[in-house]
Amino acid sequence: MELNQLTIHALRDKLRARETTAVAAAESVFDRIDAVEGKVHAYISLMRDEALKTAEDADRRIQNGDQGDLCGIPVALKDILCTQGFKTTCGSRILHNFIPPYDATVVAALKQVGAVFVGKANMDEFAMGSSTETSWFGVTRNPWDLDRIPGGSSGGSAAAVAADECIASLGTDTGGSIRQPASLCGVVGMKPTYGRVSRFGLIAFASSLDQIGPFTKDVEDCAIMMNAICAYDPKDSTSVKADVPDYKSFLNRDVAGWTVGIPREYFQAGIDPEVLTAVKKAIAVIEAAGARCVEVTLPHTDYCVAVYYIVATAEASSNLARYDGVKYGYRAENARDLLEMYKKTRSEGFGAEVKRRIMLGTYALSSGYYDAYYKKASQVRGRVKEDFDNAFRQCDVILTPTSPTPAFRLGEKTDDPLQMYLSDIYTISANLAGIPGLSVPCGFSAQGLPIGVQFLAGHFAEGKLLQIAHAYEQRAATEKRRPAL
Amino acid sequence: MHYEPVIGLEVHAQLLTNSKIFCGCSAEFGAAPNSHTCPVCLGMPGVLPVLNKTVVEFAMKMALATHCRINFMSNFARKNYFYPDLPKGYQISQYALPLAEHGYVDVETEAGKKRIGLTRIHMEEDAGKLVHDEHLPSSYVDLNRTGVPLIEIVGEPDIRSAEEAAAYLRRLHETLVYLEICDGNMEEGSFRCDANVSLRPVGQETFGTRTELKNMNSFRNVQRALEYEIKRQEYILESGGEIVQETRLWDDTQGLTLPMRSKEEAHDYRYFPDPDLVEIHVDDAWIKDVESTLPELPLEKRERFIREYEIPAYDAGVLTASKPLAEYYEAVVKVCGKPKPAANWVMGDLLRFLNEDKADIRTCPVSAEALGDMIRLIEEGTISGKMAKDLIQEMYKTGKPPRAIIEEKGMVQITDEGALAQVIDEIIAANPNQLVQYRSGKDKLFGYFVGQTMKATQGKANPQLINELLKKKLDQS
Repeated sequence: MELNQLTIHALRDKLRARETTAVAAAESVFDRIDAVEGKVHAYISLMRDEALKTAEDADRRIQNGDQGDLCGIPVALKDILCTQGFKTTCGSRILHNFIPPYDATVVAALKQVGAVFVGKANMDEFAMGSSTETSWFGVTRNPWDLDRIPGGSSGGSAAAVAADECIASLGTDTGGSIRQPASLCGVVGMKPTYGRVSRFGLIAFASSLDQIGPFTKDVEDCAIMMNAICAYDPKDSTSVKADVPDYKSFLNRDVAGWTVGIPREYFQAGIDPEVLTAVKKAIAVIEAAGARCVEVTLPHTDYCVAVYYIVATAEASSNLARYDGVKYGYRAENARDLLEMYKKTRSEGFGAEVKRRIMLGTYALSSGYYDAYYKKASQVRGRVKEDFDNAFRQCDVILTPTSPTPAFRLGEKTDDPLQMYLSDIYTISANLAGIPGLSVPCGFSAQGLPIGVQFLAGHFAEGKLLQIAHAYEQRAATEKRRPAL
Repeated sequence: MHYEPVIGLEVHAQLLTNSKIFCGCSAEFGAAPNSHTCPVCLGMPGVLPVLNKTVVEFAMKMALATHCRINFMSNFARKNYFYPDLPKGYQISQYALPLAEHGYVDVETEAGKKRIGLTRIHMEEDAGKLVHDEHLPSSYVDLNRTGVPLIEIVGEPDIRSAEEAAAYLRRLHETLVYLEICDGNMEEGSFRCDANVSLRPVGQETFGTRTELKNMNSFRNVQRALEYEIKRQEYILESGGEIVQETRLWDDTQGLTLPMRSKEEAHDYRYFPDPDLVEIHVDDAWIKDVESTLPELPLEKRERFIREYEIPAYDAGVLTASKPLAEYYEAVVKVCGKPKPAANWVMGDLLRFLNEDKADIRTCPVSAEALGDMIRLIEEGTISGKMAKDLIQEMYKTGKPPRAIIEEKGMVQITDEGALAQVIDEIIAANPNQLVQYRSGKDKLFGYFVGQTMKATQGKANPQLINELLKKKLDQS
């Protein structure tokens, strides 16, 4: 196996054993990028020079006895995470030239442990989308079928891991933007509890929903990445001062005696039969592992998409107001006055989906509509949270499909925003409730497209997710395929 | 018809914290443009605000000093609008759940004492400043002020005259400055005021249509603007017209209010809770902690001065107008033990010098110890009150202590009866005509002899002694 195909833990073992070097691993990743990036387009920009330099540093650290899991590991970053001195675009024309003078807290944390950044991964503009088709820098294609989307909004981060263009990556999840592309690209993706990972340096889409999380090739790698990024951060007021366990300690533990909730509302109309079959198989595997599966109910499920598109767009309409052409980023030429500068800059700088959401959110917050939309949505959001609180009194974790369908074709839903929004129907509720969720591959469709199963747990119970996902992964022995690129 | 004005004031006060409300940048005024900025106050992508706890405590001080109820839970909201001095495109403020509510202040005008309600006190961040280049069609943005903490004090529409409004403002100003949470500088904008004004027929319960007044940057301008606006509205109503609800700007040079362009005020701020910040929880223990740091407030101090020093209410008012002045006065009294003379010297001579120089008591060259000592010297009879008038001037000019100047200039009062008697004998001998006139009943000439004696002794003679001796010598025939 090539170095770029390895998991974090396998590459780490080789580095520790001095069987290879971080520089060789980085070169292997860039060779792969040179070979397939033209087809996949997982990246907005590559950090080739920087990567080789940090790989050399990592090799020195390893020689000096650094035993860190991530030292010398090539990692991709979604281009929504600020990197000091390196262009961070958020997939938008309006930030096409923006170079942050600071690192996101998670970026600094990964630097600290010696990770090697490969590049900035493509994404839907401002993370608004479920297909990575709204990026100003062009679409990313699904490595399993280049005519299909990789999911979104962290499609570049997911595709880069699936295509072995990096070993692991970071994405962000506001309504499913890690779990849905993970499912569609056949990799593991985790959205931690809201407040578990600092949002400092994550360019905000919807502040009360956004959360950073990893894409990895297996569950063990997911635990390794979680160990590196979870921490209280005084720079983020919403980050939570809670003890962070060693997530690796949840691996290789059995789940006999666990109760797994199967929410009735997640197995109704709209689910693709192949997805249903794969998820049912996953349920059987979990039962065979000694867990008891019970039906639970999440009565407010039907409202989730509507609530989400009010809360998220309202926050976005305000979060994106700072892109006005005054201080940084794109500024339209030849404006005659201030108002025209604003209008032209924002009309030319933002894409159609971003503008749609800014308008939706502006409307939802407008005087006379606030109570009916934003306030009501916030109230229903409280009910969604209660639904989960009630469900988790009856079960340890909840199991659902991650996405109602496997990857759809490029362009298939771009003209139908509502259909596009519905592809996050199983993932949105976790963001509304602030709970963690994880998607792990559970098979393939007849056409060879990956399918994922989602586990959800209560606040700060990421350990449980890793425990059951790892147990599942070990027992399911899902066929190891690689995309034929 | 007779109309009654209904006025409510909104005051913005900049808080004197070292750092800004949501980042670590200095909140100091007057630095080079954009030198007090960081990614957070510049509103760069991905950065987050973190609340400065001192801001909450300063706001709590004002809330406690104005008898407000502090809410155990409050939060921040975003006020959304576009302007180049607002880098995030929204101002972080408090809206639905402010820090404190339901307070009051007592004011006194010629019409008597009155209690004016406070609706709320909330915290928010200040915006930056635009600097317009007069020679180019362009403007510059200075974001040093962005994120400087403010409190907004919203008053109830309890005010019924321009005079009352000015008294209310002075009371708030004095309290903020006493608490040392605001420097109160109106010209630099650290204390700003907007007013809502309407008129209604006397006896009517409901309010009339109001206008909002802005751009009044001194107490005097607030009073003038309100007086003008009341007359303007009165004129419109008397002539059968209707008041337009609008924002009007005070024009200081023309002395009138003018409507702001309506485009600039057509705002829907789309307030919603700021998801980047958590709720602010204030418990009793925290309130008690802050309460224990409150200084004696102006009104309390005034009453204590009247009681303890037995000085007139007027004097107590002047001496407590600022905390440093009150402290100075108390230090003088401590040295000399004579409250009323101390009040006279501080209010009379010293404040006159300071006012002439537009100087502050804190930088007064005459220390409280020196002034106290000077008063002691008068009381002990070492110098006369008249000599002290010159002495204090010299002390103010040179900053030297009184005893040093007295020694230098040989200012010690002549209290030697023999020496003075000799001087008086000489004067009487030199003025035979006046002596005759005096003795024939022209009593007024007594003053003439006093003056001559003073002159001869260069003012150093003890006046009481002069009187005694003169009387004796002139009356013995």
